[in-house]
Amino acid sequence: MTEPVAVDQAMAAGQPAVLAEISEGNLRRDAWLLLRGKPEFLISATLILVLLFIAAFPGLVASLFGHGDPRVCDLASSGLGPRAGHPFGFDLQGCDLYANVIYGARPSISIGLLATSTSFVVSAVLGILAGYHGGFVDAAVSRLMDVFFGFPFILGGIIILTAFPHRTVWTIAFVLALFSWPTGTRLMRSSALALRDADYVLAARALGASSPRVMIRHVFPNAVAPLLVLSTLAVGGIIAAEASLTFLGVGLRLPAISWGLQLSVAQGYLRQYPHMLFFPALFLSLTVLAFILLGDALRDAFDPKLR
Amino acid sequence: MSRYVLRRILQTIPVVLGTTFVIFAMVFALPGDPIRALAGDKFLAPSVIAQLHKEYHLDDSLPIQYAKYMSGLAHGDFGRDFNGDAVSALIRERWPVTVKLGLTAWVLETVFGILLGLLAGLRRGGVVDRGVLLLTTVVISVPALVLAFLAQFVLGVKLGIFPIAGVADGWPVSYLLPAVILAALDLAFIARLTRTNLIENRRADFVRTAIAKGLGPWRVVGKHTLRNSLIPVVTYLALSFGYLMSGTVIVEGIFNLPGLGNLVFQAIQRQEGPVVVGVSTLLVLVFILTNLVVDVLYGVLDPRIRYD
Repeated sequence: MTEPVAVDQAMAAGQPAVLAEISEGNLRRDAWLLLRGKPEFLISATLILVLLFIAAFPGLVASLFGHGDPRVCDLASSGLGPRAGHPFGFDLQGCDLYANVIYGARPSISIGLLATSTSFVVSAVLGILAGYHGGFVDAAVSRLMDVFFGFPFILGGIIILTAFPHRTVWTIAFVLALFSWPTGTRLMRSSALALRDADYVLAARALGASSPRVMIRHVFPNAVAPLLVLSTLAVGGIIAAEASLTFLGVGLRLPAISWGLQLSVAQGYLRQYPHMLFFPALFLSLTVLAFILLGDALRDAFDPKLR
Repeated sequence: MSRYVLRRILQTIPVVLGTTFVIFAMVFALPGDPIRALAGDKFLAPSVIAQLHKEYHLDDSLPIQYAKYMSGLAHGDFGRDFNGDAVSALIRERWPVTVKLGLTAWVLETVFGILLGLLAGLRRGGVVDRGVLLLTTVVISVPALVLAFLAQFVLGVKLGIFPIAGVADGWPVSYLLPAVILAALDLAFIARLTRTNLIENRRADFVRTAIAKGLGPWRVVGKHTLRNSLIPVVTYLALSFGYLMSGTVIVEGIFNLPGLGNLVFQAIQRQEGPVVVGVSTLLVLVFILTNLVVDVLYGVLDPRIRYD
C-alpha cells in the first residue's frame, strides 16, 4: 500500500507541477514582454520606485534644499510662499513645507502596503479554502463577506476608528484591511471554484496529492494573477482612504506628519495660503495615480481576453 | 417573483445582524471604558459618564447589552450625545439636505456617466474615447477631498461661479458643486463600465443579427446593444449609494452643507463619539436597505436574476 502512494506522490510532485509552471511561465513572460513597452507601466513603476525611496529615506530627500528637518519651525515664516531654499514655502507653524511633505510619504505608503498585503494574504487563504473546499467553510466565509460588504468603506473606518483612542499606522492599516479583504476574497473564491475541476487539478488529485498541496502548488499560482492586479489597484484606494480618514480626524493625529493632517490644517486657509494645500494634495494624488496606473497596466497584461 | 423577494429579504436579515454586531463588538464590547474611548481627549464629568453608562446599558452583561442595543435601533434609538440629546432628533433635522445632495449626485452620475461611456464606446480609439479615458483616470486617481478643494478654490474662490460653502442659495445652486464632486468618482467608473460593456456587446451575435436584419444604427444601439450593456451598470448604480453615503461625510464637511454627513464631520471634530457612531450606523443600515430595494427592482427588470 505504501509504495504506490509514494510513487503517486512523486509523480504528483513532478509532472503536473511542471505543466503548471510552463503555462504560468508563459503568462508571466508574455505579461512582462507586454509591460516592458508600455509607457504607462514605465511611468508608474518609476514613480513608485521614487516614492518608495522617499518613504525609506525621507531625511536624505528632505535635506536636498538645505532645510531637511520638518520640526525646525519659525513662527515668523508662517504661511510664507515658495522661495529659495524652501521650494514649497512654509506651513502655518512656519516649518519647511517641502520637508513636511517628504516626511508625509512614509505613513501613507506604509499604511497602503501594510493594509493591502494583510488583505492579500487573508483573501488568498480564505478565498482558496472557500472556493476549493466548498461546504461549511464556503458558507461561513461567504456570510462573513456579506456582513463586511454591508459597510461602505470609509463609513466602516469612521465607526471603528472612533472607538480607538490611540491610533497608529498599525491600527489604521488593520481597520482598512478589515473592510477591504472581502473584495479580494470573492475574486479568489470564484477563481478557485473555476479551477477545482481543471484537468491538472484533477490529475494531481488522482495521483494522490493532498488537499493543501493541490491548493498551494496548483490552485494558488493559477488563481493569483487577478488578485495581484486588484491589490495593486487597492494600494491607491487605501492611501486615499487613509488621507480622508486622517483629514476627517479619525486617522493619524498630531504630532504625526501626514498628508491628511497637512490638508486638514490647510483647509481653513484656502484663500490666504493655497500653497499649503497644493503640495500635499499633489503628492497624495501622484501616489494614488501611480498605483492605479500600475494596476491598470498589470490588468491589461494579465488579462488574455483583452489582447 | 414573491419567492425571490422573500429570499432576498431573508438574506438581508443576517447581514443587518452581522453589521450591527460588528459595530457593537468593536465600539462597545472591547476591553476598556467605551464612553471614555468615544470622548477621546475630552473631559467628561463622572455624573455624565454614569448617565451614559445607563443610557447605553453598559452595566448589564454583554448579551443583554446587545439585545437592548438592537431593540433600541429597531425603535429608532441611535444613542445620545454628551449633552443628553437623542441622536435621532439631530438626524431628523438634518436628513433632507443629505437626501437632496445624494439624489442630485446620483442623477448626475447616471446621466453623464452613461452618456460619456456611450460616446466613448461607440467610437473606440477616437478623440472622445481617449478624452474620456484620460479624464476618468485623472478623476479616479485624485482623492475626493483633493477634488473638492480644487473645485472650491478654482470655481468658488477664484472665479466665483459657485458659492464656496453653505446652503444659503438653496437647491440647485448651493448643491450643484458638492453634488458634482460627490458624483465624480462613480461617474468615472460608470462611464468606463458602460464603455467596456458596449465595446464587448457590439461584437455579440444578437447585434450582428440585428444589423443583418437591416435595422438602422440608432435602433441597433438603442434597443439591442445599449440595453444589454446597461445591466452591469445598473448593479453598479445600486452599489454606488454606499459610496455616496460615505462621500457625504467629506463633501458636506468641506462645503458645509448641514446634512447627516456634516453632522458626522462636526461630531468628529468635537469628539462626540456617540453621535459619530449613531449617525454612521444609520447610514450603514440605509445602505443595506437600498441594496435590498434595488435588488428586488432588478429582479423585476431582469427575469434571469430571479431564477438563479
